[in-house]
Amino acid sequence: MAELNTGGGSGDGKKVRSKKSNPGVDLTAMVDLAFLLITFFMLTTTLSKPQSMPLAMPDKNPKDQVIDRTPIPEDRMMTILIGKDNKILWYMGILKTPRIQPTEAAFGKDGIRREILKNTAYAKKFTDKADEGLIVNIKASDAASYKNLVDILDEMAINKVQLYAIGDITPEEVTLLKDKGLY
Amino acid sequence: MAKHKISRKSTRIDMTAMCDVAFLLLSFFVMTATAKQPEPKPVDTPASTIIDKLPEEGVATITVGDKQVFFTIPRASRRGTLERISQEKGLTFTEKEYKAFEGMDGFGVPLNQLKSLLSKSSAVRNAPGVQIGIPYDTINDQLSDWVKLAREAHKAIYEDQLQTGKINTEEFGKKADLGIAIKGDAKEDFMTVKRIIDILQEQKKNRFFLITGLRNKDF
Repeated sequence: MAELNTGGGSGDGKKVRSKKSNPGVDLTAMVDLAFLLITFFMLTTTLSKPQSMPLAMPDKNPKDQVIDRTPIPEDRMMTILIGKDNKILWYMGILKTPRIQPTEAAFGKDGIRREILKNTAYAKKFTDKADEGLIVNIKASDAASYKNLVDILDEMAINKVQLYAIGDITPEEVTLLKDKGLY
Repeated sequence: MAKHKISRKSTRIDMTAMCDVAFLLLSFFVMTATAKQPEPKPVDTPASTIIDKLPEEGVATITVGDKQVFFTIPRASRRGTLERISQEKGLTFTEKEYKAFEGMDGFGVPLNQLKSLLSKSSAVRNAPGVQIGIPYDTINDQLSDWVKLAREAHKAIYEDQLQTGKINTEEFGKKADLGIAIKGDAKEDFMTVKRIIDILQEQKKNRFFLITGLRNKDF
């Protein structure tokens, strides 16, 4: 049983001395608890908002499709086809008479990034204006993954391509991919 | 020769400062904390070098993974969206179900399963396999309805604020359109994402965000 020392109860005349306790409190347990809570909150919070890539698609209204058709200079147009197994096929100009023949490439800095830089330099030859450069049309096939699309869009941002758009792949281009074994 | 005396120091250290720092950090984390919401579909987003942040409010998220689609509406617009769904689809919801919907972060069930989902507890809801995704094929395109009605509900809130004079026209123009973010799994087929993009474009929603992770340019 707990006893309460009330002092003068025993009546033997001794003076009650207040005990001088050490003023330093043992903080170990408190610090333990505080750090435990810190760890908990650190792990459960989402401090950083997710990264996001803004994407603007061209207007797809069937009614005004015919009205505004600015011709794209084919000298400056690069088409990127994304096939299966993270493979890329690209060409310059239009498919029937390409300025640069369809070429295979891989993703990454040694693959498509080098080609885009080369083609940017090539496209610059056909224009005098400083703000005009390469125009890229991205066409992903059914075999491509979402990661491929984001990777290509990322390359556009890294290489500061002047204009790019995501287009629909045509049957001819699918055939081309099939011929190269990329579909 | 004088004797070397080994001074005996106490092994106890003063923890006051440590305690101070610990609690300072603790209060910081408590105040800034926004608890990580459990997601019905955890996805692994692809990485990009773009460091733009997603806007904090006014963005609905479409999560795509394993060909299943989940939708997260901002909290403020949830009630309005469900009211509109109930009108359009002829479904009636009880007050309790409205409350449950407001508290539910992301969801992915066809409309006929929505009621049974709302009656479940949040722990059961987010268990894998409970939610099968919102139908988004051309025949039964419920995702398109959700997006459309969420946008309407979001716009209605700001129209109210415009009329009561809380915001001006310029601000209204900036905020009235609900932003849409696509959070796709890296391994997801492009065609699934393309279908989502098509659904958004059919509603003339041509600008949206792709949620990505972060990496450097060396890849």
